Amino acid sequence: MRRVVLIAVPYLWLLALFLVPFVIVLKISLSDIALARPPYLPQLDLSAGWQGVREFLSGLDLENFVFLTTDDLYWKAYLSSLRIALVSTLLTLLVGYPIAYGMARAAREWRPTLLMLVILPFWTSFLIRVYAWMGILSTEGVLNNVLLFLGVIDEPLQIMNTNTAVYIGIVYTYLPFMILPIYAALEKMDDSLLEAAEDLGCSRLQAFWLVTWPLSRNGIVAGCFLVFIPTIGEFVIPSLLGGSDTLMIGKVLWEEFFSNRDWPVASAVAVVLLAILIVPIILFQRNEQKAREAEG
Amino acid sequence: MRRFSWFNATSLTLGFAFLYLPMILLVVYSFNESRLVTVWAGFSTKWYGELLRDQEFLDAAWVTVKVAVFSSTIATVLGTMAAYVMVRAGRFWGRTLFSGMIYAPLVMPEVITGLSLLLLFIGLGIDRGVFTIVLAHTTFSMCYVSVVVSSRLANFDRSLEEAALDLGCSHFAAFRLVTLPIIAPAVISGWLLAFTLSLDDLVIASFTTGPSATTLPIRIFSAIRLGVSPQINALSTLLIAVVTLGVITASIMSKRAAVAQARDEQAAIRAE
Amino acid sequence: MAQTAFAPWDDPDERPLIEFRGVSKRFGDFTAIDDLTLNIFEREFFALLGPSGCGKTTMMRMLAGFESVTEGHIWLGGQDIIDIPPNKRPVNMMFQNYALFPHLSIWENIAFGLKREGRPKDEIAARVDEMLRLTRLGRFAKRKPHQISGGQRQRVALARSLAKAPKLLLLDEPLGALDRKLREETQFELMDIQEKTGTTFVIVTHDQEEAMTVASRIAVMDEGRLVQVATPDVIYEAPASVYVADFIGDVNIVEGRATPEGAGLRIDWAEGQAPIAARSDSAFARGQSCHFAIRPEKVTIDTERPDRPNAFRGKVIDIAYLGNISTYHVELAGGQMIKAQMVNARRLANRQITWDDEVWVGFTETAGVVLEG
Repeated sequence: MRRVVLIAVPYLWLLALFLVPFVIVLKISLSDIALARPPYLPQLDLSAGWQGVREFLSGLDLENFVFLTTDDLYWKAYLSSLRIALVSTLLTLLVGYPIAYGMARAAREWRPTLLMLVILPFWTSFLIRVYAWMGILSTEGVLNNVLLFLGVIDEPLQIMNTNTAVYIGIVYTYLPFMILPIYAALEKMDDSLLEAAEDLGCSRLQAFWLVTWPLSRNGIVAGCFLVFIPTIGEFVIPSLLGGSDTLMIGKVLWEEFFSNRDWPVASAVAVVLLAILIVPIILFQRNEQKAREAEG
Repeated sequence: MRRFSWFNATSLTLGFAFLYLPMILLVVYSFNESRLVTVWAGFSTKWYGELLRDQEFLDAAWVTVKVAVFSSTIATVLGTMAAYVMVRAGRFWGRTLFSGMIYAPLVMPEVITGLSLLLLFIGLGIDRGVFTIVLAHTTFSMCYVSVVVSSRLANFDRSLEEAALDLGCSHFAAFRLVTLPIIAPAVISGWLLAFTLSLDDLVIASFTTGPSATTLPIRIFSAIRLGVSPQINALSTLLIAVVTLGVITASIMSKRAAVAQARDEQAAIRAE
Repeated sequence: MAQTAFAPWDDPDERPLIEFRGVSKRFGDFTAIDDLTLNIFEREFFALLGPSGCGKTTMMRMLAGFESVTEGHIWLGGQDIIDIPPNKRPVNMMFQNYALFPHLSIWENIAFGLKREGRPKDEIAARVDEMLRLTRLGRFAKRKPHQISGGQRQRVALARSLAKAPKLLLLDEPLGALDRKLREETQFELMDIQEKTGTTFVIVTHDQEEAMTVASRIAVMDEGRLVQVATPDVIYEAPASVYVADFIGDVNIVEGRATPEGAGLRIDWAEGQAPIAARSDSAFARGQSCHFAIRPEKVTIDTERPDRPNAFRGKVIDIAYLGNISTYHVELAGGQMIKAQMVNARRLANRQITWDDEVWVGFTETAGVVLEG
């Protein structure tokens, strides 16, 4: 009996506040916009009994999804989200790998401190970390002032409100997610493997490519997914650092909902976004599973 | 150590400079006299004073703390239960769905979570405010808590619980007296994680709140949309200071505990 | 028999393969290797034996090129190798934990070194197959290291390090991770492979039995110095110091003062006790303090006084029954403990000596060694 309660409480909570809401999103994505409150049709009228359910079901259609394909804005936003996520994931890897490598090669007594220094920004507000870059990148910002002072440039660079600023913001805020799994993989690696590679005729660089890199592969893949997946639906960074031409689907969804108040289309955008995310999520799960099996 | 080279030293220095320089600049400019954030006009703490006189910010801060305390506490209870179910309950009907619902919110884009919860609250006709934000935050942060706690539970030697049962404990007493003290560090870090996630959340709170409750991130977001302001710098500095102090205190405490344990073990060996 | 014995170290014309010339290694203030000179010959199976921290691993790592030399020179095949990086040395190493590449199959692990030499593909394949045959691993070629047993991993590590046909193979505690039975089997396998390939092996171990079994010569080390370098039988029967005698096998040590007497020595070791009669090749001054070391299996135990040059009365304090043999701990009148070993030729019930019995222990004049100091 106690076991039933133990299972039922979190189970029901998640059903009511995670699964049911999502079913509602799915339903509304199949409805039509209406000048009513709530602003969509049809409404399920259970008091009308079976007739009500039938009427409700016949009122659902794929119109909103068709609309998504006809309006350029949406598929461009999806594509651009994917592109921005992909580019910034690679950039994060490029920045993160040397840091993780340096940490794993640092003296043993230093590693906990370095680890804490990587995690610390993660505990400070995401919003503030993005905001910090607004002061640096803006036309009168610190970066431009320094570059002007040094004489590297003659007039301020327009970085703020461009995709470049979005890339910088993503790399900066998601860097710990890239560093931690790579560090974990590198730290586990036995130093004698590198010695063995050298003993068998490798130069240091060859030993890196033939041993270190493949052995950190699981960490790299995990880190890339941890950056890639949340970046696709990112809203804060494009809306603060990006410009009017920065198209990301999270921002489109937000505007569709709050500015246009088109709930059915917003819901359809959400359903498609989730469908896009399912592929990398499954790939990520597979990679984790494989990594666990390889260890066990 | 042997392989620690100038390359590693450089990448660490540049990497940590990249991570910390923006925040250091933020802190420095919070003490700037000028309203223009980019021009240094002398040291001043006037923005802190202005911040503390701004009733809107103080109200928002109070709402945020309330939401964070409630949601993280409920999330810790539910998340610990969920972790226990995942690791210990064995098979039951709908187990796959259950574990799916535990992991899905971790990767779900915030915009979708927020949107779906909002539609639920509207559908049920619940007035939106502190209560609905607490519900929303509890739902996604309980999943984080359960992941943290279940990894600790999975490494936990089950024979300890069996020993407690063997010595006459009921199941609940065994949990309270043996399991809970051992997984306590994970439960506490789960709570801290949930608390931080709640403090930090902008998107889900924006969707699920009503006109009556504005959280700090919502307030900050609407302020910085218009550009940089020294008042926000001051606020950021305060938040950074709180977090830094918290993390450093926690790490010193856990380090002390580890040192004390090592010393006790040494003493025990010598006493033998 | 004497002509066919393998003993290049006794041949003054033989050039050694490896020469350590006054090699020292310091880590800060700590001296790991102290002015060490040593020759190792081709086709030898040479063991570096000592407790942990004695410098044996440092010596091996200097041969492999992973540790620099602070002072002195190491010559390999007529070439000074101290400035050659590890990947350019004709030396391969078998690591203590095997250091098999977990992401590569057994086949790829063995081929790893060959591929670095840029040999043609078919040549590599042929060589890998040869190694797989030598180590009986053919069936496992496609598996990954975590899919095979510890003993098989050990053989993969051996095959990988032998694949490049190095002039010198270094083995760092090669059998340390195996259980006792497998270790004994593998020791003979190692010797067999060493003989077949004709490679010079240098093995580092802290296990004296292992060193005794496999090695042609053993170097016993202590605190960065060589204490004795000799064949296993010499190390056992004629240890050069109390340290060596104590480190290798079980031994009784009796402290005393030596006095030359006729062809041998008289050792006075306790008040009111008959002296020990012994022989020694080295000369002792009258009254010089010494240690008399004798192995337990060379001490007999009887109920009656035996007809031997040395016989002492004592009481049985403890008996360790090991199945094939029993070790008796006998306390002599002066309090000195002596261990005597007896082969259990008869069954347990028929043996007459038991706890607290008054017994006689005895040994011949040449059974023990007299050591200075």
